Amino acid sequence: MTEFAGSQYLIEIVYLIASALFILSLKWMSSPATARHGILAGEIGMVLAIGGTLLHHGIVDYKWIIIALVLGTGIGIPLGMVQMTAVPQRTALSHAFGALCVTLVGTAEFYLRSPNVPKFMMSVLSMEVILGGLTFTGSLMAAGKLQEILPQRPITYKGQNLVNLLLFCVAVGSSVYLVLHPEAKVFFPIIVGVSLIFGVLLVIPIGGADMPTVISLLNSYAGLSAAAMGFVINSKLLIIAGALDGSSGLILSIIMSKAMNRSFANVLFGAFGQVHASAAAGQEAKPVRSATAEEAAAILSAANKVVIVPGYGMAVAQAQHKVRELYDALTKKGVEVRFAIHPVAGRMPGHMNVLLAEADIPYDRLIEMDEINGDFPQTDVALIIGANDVTNPAARTDQSSPIFGMPILDVDKAHTVMVIKRSMSPGFAGIDNPLYYLENTLMLFGDAKQFVGAIVRELGGGH
Amino acid sequence: MGSNLIDALFVFMLAAFIGFEVIRHVSPLLHTPLMSLTNALDAIAVVGAIVLVGEKKSTFATVLGVIAIVAATSNVVGGFFITDRMLRMFKTSRPTKPQLTKP
Repeated sequence: MTEFAGSQYLIEIVYLIASALFILSLKWMSSPATARHGILAGEIGMVLAIGGTLLHHGIVDYKWIIIALVLGTGIGIPLGMVQMTAVPQRTALSHAFGALCVTLVGTAEFYLRSPNVPKFMMSVLSMEVILGGLTFTGSLMAAGKLQEILPQRPITYKGQNLVNLLLFCVAVGSSVYLVLHPEAKVFFPIIVGVSLIFGVLLVIPIGGADMPTVISLLNSYAGLSAAAMGFVINSKLLIIAGALDGSSGLILSIIMSKAMNRSFANVLFGAFGQVHASAAAGQEAKPVRSATAEEAAAILSAANKVVIVPGYGMAVAQAQHKVRELYDALTKKGVEVRFAIHPVAGRMPGHMNVLLAEADIPYDRLIEMDEINGDFPQTDVALIIGANDVTNPAARTDQSSPIFGMPILDVDKAHTVMVIKRSMSPGFAGIDNPLYYLENTLMLFGDAKQFVGAIVRELGGGH
Repeated sequence: MGSNLIDALFVFMLAAFIGFEVIRHVSPLLHTPLMSLTNALDAIAVVGAIVLVGEKKSTFATVLGVIAIVAATSNVVGGFFITDRMLRMFKTSRPTKPQLTKP
C-alpha cells in the first residue's frame, strides 16, 4: 500500500514538472529566436508525462497501450510531413483527433461509472462530450472544406439557425436531465449523437474566407473539452494543458474576428458568402487597365520601395517559391521589398508567414498590417498576389458593402498598384473590388505562379 | 471529492490566466506554429486514455481507449514534428545577409 502511495506521489511530481514545461513551451513560443526551445520543452514535458503515466499502479496490461502508441506514432509521422500549403487542413484534422480522444474517453468513463455519477462529475462529463463531439465533426467538416473534398461555398437553408439552436437545446437539456437522474442512461447516446450532428451543421454554412476564425474557435473548444476531461479524471496536468489550449484558441479567434470586424455570433451564424453573391451581381464591366509581365518588370525595377501583399491565391497557385525569386531579383537591383501580412490572409492564423518562410524569405521582411499601413503612401509599387478582400477599399468607404468596417491593407494609397489575378471574376467571397478600377491600378491577368515567373525572367533579362 | 473539485477549479482559473498572458505576447508571425504546438500539448489527454486501457475494466472501455490513444498519439507526434519543421524555416535576414540591415 505504501509502495502504491509512493509511486502515486512520484507520478504527481512528474506531472507537475510537465505542467511547468508546457507553460515554458508556450512562453518561448513568443519569439522566433526562442521558439525551438519551446518545442523541446514541450516534448520533454510530454515524454515525462506519458512515462509517468505508464507507472500508474492501476495499469495491469501494457499490450494494447504499446500497440496503440506505436500505431498513433505511425499515423502522426506522415501527418507531420505534409506540405506547408496543406497545413490548414492538417490543423483542422488534428483538432478532430484531439476531440475524438476526449469524446471516447468521456464515453468510456460514463459507462464505467454509471449510474453512480455525482452531479458535478456528470455536468463536466456532459460538457466534455458535447464540446468534444461538436469539435470532432466540425473539424472534420472544416478539414474537408479546406482539402476541397467538400464544397467551400457556404451551404445555407431556411431556418438553419433555428435548427442549430434546437439541437443545442436538446444536447444541453439531456445533459441537465442526466445530471439530475444519472440512472437514465439512454440520454447519454442522445447527447453524443446530437453533438456530432451539431458540429456538422455548425460548419457547413461557413465559407472559406471565415476559416481562420473557425479553426481558432475549434482549437479553443478542443482545449476546453480536454480541460473538462481533466476534471472528470481528476488530472490537473490535463486541466492546465486544456486551459492553455483553450485560451490560446480564444485569443486567436478574437484577433481573427477583429481583423474581419465581425463578432463570433456573426461568423457562426452569418453565412457570409451568400450575401455577397447577390451584392456583386449588379456590378458589370467597368474599364480596367492591364499590363504585361514586361511592363510590370519595368515598373518594379524603377521602384525604390515595393510592398508585396500575398493572399490565399498565392497558396493555391503554390507561387511562394517564385515570389522568393522575385524578392531576390528586386533586392539585387537595390529595391527595398517588404511583405504586408493581413491577419486573416489565407485560411488559418499565420498561414502566409509560414508559406513565405518555407520559401526562405526572411521573417523580418514580413510586416503586420498595423505596422505597414502608414507606409503605403511612400510605397512606389504595391504588388497584390492572390489577395482580394483584405485590400478592398470599399471596407473603408462603402457602407453598403458586406465587409464595411473591416480593417484592410491600404494598398490603394501606393503610387502604383499591381494586382495579379486570373480574371475579373469576383473572388471567393464574391464581393466586387473597386481597387481594380482605380487610376493607379494595373491588372496583371494570369496564374500567380506563371506571372511572377515571367516577371522574374524579364528582370533577369534586363541585366 | 468536494475539495478536489474546488482545487481543480482554482487550477483551471490560474492556468487560463497564465495562458492569456503568455499567448498574448506571441508574435502574429508564429500563429500557425502556435496552433500546432498547443494542439500537440493538448493531446496530453492521452494519459487519460492510457490509464483507461491499462485498467482493463471492460472491453468496451478498452476499445474506445485504444482508439483514443491512437488519435492522441498521432497528434503528439505529428504536432511536434510539423511545428519543428515550420520553425526551422523561419530565418532572419540579419545574420546571413548583413548588407540588408540598412534602416
